[in-house]
Amino acid sequence: MSRNGLLIDYEYCTGCHSCEVSCKNEHNIPRGQWGIKMTEVGPFQISADKWEWNYVPVPTQICNLCEHRTSKGETPSCVLHCLGACMEFGTLEELAKKMEGKGKKVALFAP
Amino acid sequence: MKKEWKVQNDDGSITVRTCGWSPPGDHPVGCGMKLHVKDGRLLKVEGDPEHPITNGRLCIRCLTLPEYVHHPSRITHPMKRDKANRGKEAWTKISWDEAWDIIVPKIKQLKADHGAESIVVFGGTGREACLYYYPLGFASIGTPNVCYPLSGWSCYGPRCAITDYILGAGYPEIDFAGYYPDRFDHPGYELPKYIMEWGKNPLMSNPDGFFGHALIDMMKRGTKMIMIDPRMTWLGSRSEHVCQLRPGSDTALALAFLNVIINEDLYDHDFVDNWCYGFDELKERVQEYSPEKVAEITWVPKEKIIEVARTFATNKPSAIQWGLAVDENPNGVQLGHAILSLAAITGNIDIPGGITIGPPAALLGKWRVETRRNLSEELWDKRIGAKEWPALSTALATTHPDETLDTLETGKPYKLRMGWFNSSNFLTPTCSAAPDRWYKALKNLEFNVVQDLFMTPTAMALCDIFLPLPTFAEHDGVVITHFGRNAVFLGAINEAFRVGDTKSDIEVCIELGKKLHPDMWPFDDVPDFFTKQLKPELGVDFDGLRELGVWQPQYQYRKFETGGLRTDGEPGFNTVTGLVELTSTLFEAWGDDALPYFKEPPYSPYSTPELWKEYPLVLTTGARKFTSFHSEHRHIGTLRDIDPDPIVEINPETAKSLGIINGDNVMIENMFGACKMKAQLTPTIHAKVVHCTHGWWFPEKPAEEPSLYGVWEANCNTLVPHKHIGKLGFGAPHKQMICKIYRVDPGHTFTLSSLS
Repeated sequence: MSRNGLLIDYEYCTGCHSCEVSCKNEHNIPRGQWGIKMTEVGPFQISADKWEWNYVPVPTQICNLCEHRTSKGETPSCVLHCLGACMEFGTLEELAKKMEGKGKKVALFAP
Repeated sequence: MKKEWKVQNDDGSITVRTCGWSPPGDHPVGCGMKLHVKDGRLLKVEGDPEHPITNGRLCIRCLTLPEYVHHPSRITHPMKRDKANRGKEAWTKISWDEAWDIIVPKIKQLKADHGAESIVVFGGTGREACLYYYPLGFASIGTPNVCYPLSGWSCYGPRCAITDYILGAGYPEIDFAGYYPDRFDHPGYELPKYIMEWGKNPLMSNPDGFFGHALIDMMKRGTKMIMIDPRMTWLGSRSEHVCQLRPGSDTALALAFLNVIINEDLYDHDFVDNWCYGFDELKERVQEYSPEKVAEITWVPKEKIIEVARTFATNKPSAIQWGLAVDENPNGVQLGHAILSLAAITGNIDIPGGITIGPPAALLGKWRVETRRNLSEELWDKRIGAKEWPALSTALATTHPDETLDTLETGKPYKLRMGWFNSSNFLTPTCSAAPDRWYKALKNLEFNVVQDLFMTPTAMALCDIFLPLPTFAEHDGVVITHFGRNAVFLGAINEAFRVGDTKSDIEVCIELGKKLHPDMWPFDDVPDFFTKQLKPELGVDFDGLRELGVWQPQYQYRKFETGGLRTDGEPGFNTVTGLVELTSTLFEAWGDDALPYFKEPPYSPYSTPELWKEYPLVLTTGARKFTSFHSEHRHIGTLRDIDPDPIVEINPETAKSLGIINGDNVMIENMFGACKMKAQLTPTIHAKVVHCTHGWWFPEKPAEEPSLYGVWEANCNTLVPHKHIGKLGFGAPHKQMICKIYRVDPGHTFTLSSLS
């Protein structure tokens, strides 16, 4: 069976924390721990009109890709609630293919 | 959406579909969600993928709703406190009947002895109460004095008034295909090529019903962004152009855009010739605002001004979304006028992918206006500040906010005796300038009622009777974007459970109204009230709306050609001239310039160079966070973990010169007030500008006076003076003051001179 993963198109991750909090709700994760945690790179200025500023949510070992939800045909909680709709769930093969069609700010996690 | 909105689950729990508003959370965005409830407890909130706008997406304010609803410090029963004990924790739990037995005779007595005008109802920003605090004042209590206390009415009202006078329409909004169930695929819809965001960060603010992340939906489809903002934001990092302007210089920038577009002949001749009034005068006026000159005023490079103007004018359809920065500016009426002129002469109004416009009042808006008939002409004439400020009082049914503080302080033209605070916590740095002055003045009122969910600094300082509100998950209602001024959709709010003995805004309106003005309240209950509002316009009753989940009205474009904008059904706009008024007939009649002009902020490096030597930084305030809605949410652990402290953003170079490092406690001070915040060093802010977060108080600090939950510690609004407003009565300098900053020890305490 092929492995599943999360594709994150962080061109559109706005840093809203919805993945973090919805994951905590879904898995009853205590304060101070996370199933997925947002990281921040930047902001810094590259040239007059160009800035680098990225939020990238990173799944932890607590993440089980919401097996109990996906087995019912639902999306993982983080994917459902992501305000930028920048996260996708699927098999690594499907997601790698989708990745090719996206911009330069894209990451694939296989937790 | 599915017809079934309430589901009984096998484990004895229920799942209720609803659309959100506030308390707690946000403006009338109406995000779709499912509430899982068991034994009267909210277990989980989950996004509803069927919702046509939000598609299951939810922000962390809704995701933490169970924490808010079942918070141990929430107030779930009415309470009273002796007036002598204001500012002290000396509350007694009472029943609703007991509360009414105190409130009703007091109102009757005040009306008999001093007139109904001696009572003033205060309303806050954005919560569901915005629909009901006017009727509460006019039709339940019977006073003409309903007050939104922010100096210059500097939130939303000015933009609505300007649009009313210049376009004769309701609120102008980006066409994001929200009106259609098939959204971006709707036949005839076009995507905006560019969106210009002016003084607004909708990703966090979800302004007035616009789901902010709809911008991301459009960007993914190809829309490009232009940001007009003193800060480089994350959205700015994804934008094609950013004009990082000096706070408060906005009107000059808008006039320079008009200068380029008119002088380079890039405007829509057909629209200007047929649908605009006063173009030649505007053309003459903008000659005073060359890109060279405006670059000096705004700190935006000349080349950038020219490029942005050309890009916007030559890419149709495009939209402009204007923000709070238009209101929080004494020069804001001219800014709003210039922005609408920019949209009009480029032909982007009322077209697919441009800017949509609604009717000035629809649905509940009509009912709200009609409740005014409860007041006699004689009583209505006593509305505070109405005669002195006709540009404000013609468009808005409230008092003039600054005049209201003057009346409280002086007792002129008459003494105010009772305050009713409906979802308003304005001693925190939210909707008042000089909150320290309001605090002192409001303490003189004989009797105060507060409706809220938690003990706030405002309630702790002033309240005699506390009436607890339910959250949006705990009562029936409707949510309508733009409060009905541009109804992109209407959603049903469904009661899923209720904690304690609370009453919603509309429940209080009806119950109190039936006791004092029964003829104004011919409704059996809340569903009956909504059915009577909805049936004539939608053809469904309240239960029908629950089954629809969301009602989208569709949109008709180019109504100025078909007669859909004017009350007489003729083509054109519903203004004095029947056209878009690039030259305003009304502004001139009210004593202001008929055309937009730039005026320096009251305090700035250029208007007060001597003061600038002592206060060499421009202070801007109020940018939104994901973790809070104004002063809400400071006690919600999950959210406070993310944003634990009030922060002031400082450029690293500036901080270095002041000996400040990241995380230092700093004082922000000027001639009017002071506050203490944590320094956050970031290159995204200009070296001569600092930005303060707003809405801070500390539920964990002592409740009693003088602390009032530390409300004076991080109160950036004490730095904003009273009544520094525009010529027409709108706009205050919340986003363009001056200040100095210096490092202090973490334990540093201070007392505002006005309160010592």
